[in-house]
Amino acid sequence: MADVTNLRSPAEAGLSKLFESSRKAFASDQAISREEAFRFFEATGLPSRRVEAFKYTDLRAAITEAAPPAEAPSEDAARAAVAGVKGFAEVEAARLTFVNGHLVAALSDLDRIPEGVTVAPLNEALAQGDARLKLLAPVEQVRENPIYQLNTAFLADGALISVAPGAKPRTPVHLRFVGTGATAFSTATRVLVEVGAGAEFFLLESHEGPAGLTYQPNDALDVHIGEEAAFRHTRLNREGDAAIALSTLSVRLDARAQLETVNLVTGAKLSRHQIYLHVAGADANAVVNGATLLGHGQLADSTLLADHAATGGIGREMFKTVIDGDSTGVFQGKIIVRQVAQQTDGKMKSDCLLLTDDGQMMNKPELEIFADDVACGHGATCGAPDEDLLFYLMARGLPRATAESLLVQAFIGEAVETVTHEGARDALIGGIEAWLAARG
Amino acid sequence: MLEIKNLVVQIEDNRILNGLNLTVNDGEVAAIMGPNGSGKSTLSYVIAGKEDYEVLDGEILLDGQNVLEMAADERAAAGIFLAFQYPLEIPGVGTMTFLKACLNAQRKARGEDELSTPDFIRAVNAAADKLEINKEMLKRALNVGFSGGEKKRMEILQMALLQPKFCVLDETDSGLDIDALRIVSEGVNALRAQGRSFLVITHYQRLLNHIVPDTVHVMSKGQIVKTGGKELALELEASGYAEYRASEAA
Repeated sequence: MADVTNLRSPAEAGLSKLFESSRKAFASDQAISREEAFRFFEATGLPSRRVEAFKYTDLRAAITEAAPPAEAPSEDAARAAVAGVKGFAEVEAARLTFVNGHLVAALSDLDRIPEGVTVAPLNEALAQGDARLKLLAPVEQVRENPIYQLNTAFLADGALISVAPGAKPRTPVHLRFVGTGATAFSTATRVLVEVGAGAEFFLLESHEGPAGLTYQPNDALDVHIGEEAAFRHTRLNREGDAAIALSTLSVRLDARAQLETVNLVTGAKLSRHQIYLHVAGADANAVVNGATLLGHGQLADSTLLADHAATGGIGREMFKTVIDGDSTGVFQGKIIVRQVAQQTDGKMKSDCLLLTDDGQMMNKPELEIFADDVACGHGATCGAPDEDLLFYLMARGLPRATAESLLVQAFIGEAVETVTHEGARDALIGGIEAWLAARG
Repeated sequence: MLEIKNLVVQIEDNRILNGLNLTVNDGEVAAIMGPNGSGKSTLSYVIAGKEDYEVLDGEILLDGQNVLEMAADERAAAGIFLAFQYPLEIPGVGTMTFLKACLNAQRKARGEDELSTPDFIRAVNAAADKLEINKEMLKRALNVGFSGGEKKRMEILQMALLQPKFCVLDETDSGLDIDALRIVSEGVNALRAQGRSFLVITHYQRLLNHIVPDTVHVMSKGQIVKTGGKELALELEASGYAEYRASEAA
């Protein structure tokens, strides 16, 4: 059979040109192999619906032009951009502010980092060949992901965060990503977090940007959780309504490590949040939740791969999606249990509440189990609000819209109520309430 | 207070109510008894405004206003309250959140100010004490994990808080043990007042020993077929519904 070669799309050709012209400006690429990453990306191209993992989120069709990488903003422009941001604003935290994908030291609390935690700008680490860079890409499968490789190729800034063994800072670090501009741009950031053995660390992450502008953030967070350490991560996607937002979280869990990650999505025209877990040590515990509220033609994709390669791992993955208007939700979840990973206990669930007839939800749960002594399951549901519950609430005086909002809150609340950090949890609940209020 | 005239209702082409007429006066407690399938629960849902039912004819007047044109929440604000036969569990909705939302929605609809949080908590606590409702229950999601008796007490708590004009109790005695029946009945009796009427739907006379009605109506085949005083309930208890079933069969 003849080989079939896809013609490169204008966006793909544009990305190649941008890579060639931008590479001189990039920091040393020895540690991250930009060239190799871009060649990988070039070979695959922007994934289209023909690629199984992107069947419901066709990036080739969605990204019609290659947006140039954003330059570092002036301090005034950065200040103006940050003035209006709301994500986790009420939570006391040490903030690392990224404007258009560049760390802005003047708007960051680099001198107020909690005790036991160190933060180094990624560019410094790259220039110095920091030994911790070997911890990048902590999950094997992420290296075959075109979004992650594109991030590597265009990586412009980020941070290396280390939490000392045994340290338990109560104050979270907040990665505050803000976009600003009048013309389309792209960003590529990478944050590496190393949580030392026995440590406990809270990380907040928020993404906000201008309405009406087709900007393209591509953010990656690589995490290594040491033995008996806990990493608790709360993420807010409040990107502008025309943004195409791509993100990847990759986590390696050592023995008895604990992961808690919860992502609330209300923003972006199209978003894809990819989560890769590598359960490398025995008796690790991962709670991975997603809460997504969509309307106005939005598409949000949550794609999860949990690779259990050690015994006794516990995984609890709960994704809740609320679909309003003509929006589309996508959940793809795959649990792999390798032969060595006996006594793995994995439960994955995706539930969708459809508020209109025009929306759609795509669920694709998968289990690949090679061990014989495991308890794994998955489930997916989709439905409209229960009319009997609505009647019960209305019969007590609640107008239909209020009753429906209460049911939406109850439905989606289950995915955020597990957040350990009270302030972060309240911020997510506030985000849900704001979405409901805007819906009217 | 409430006047139902020639009410004809169907659901999915099944005629349930066939020209039902009923009047409940101000301050009156009216009981409706009848065999299974006579349309008692349908009547309660239609009064409260459930949308599954198609009203083909007739009207339901509350103080002269036809409520059939109102949505369920508007009827609640106008003073209609249905104590459900099977109160629903709503996971994720805290009982206090629910109570406060309902109370304030009704006040808002009537143009009244919202109740302050301290006043609200005082009102809930007072009502809960009377109904022997454990404060821990109030911290849980609405009706989730409650026993049958606890759910019914929670219905009466809502009634006490919302202070409706016209209360429909749909088989409130079902699933109650003797003590719970007493507590619930005392809760209802405490609310009896001029300006508030009750329609008590039940299969059994025993509830009417506790909530003594002013009038008793027998319902069969979607109509009120007999009306009398409280002694009618005792007659039914002795003779059963055979006479009315026979009339259905005829």
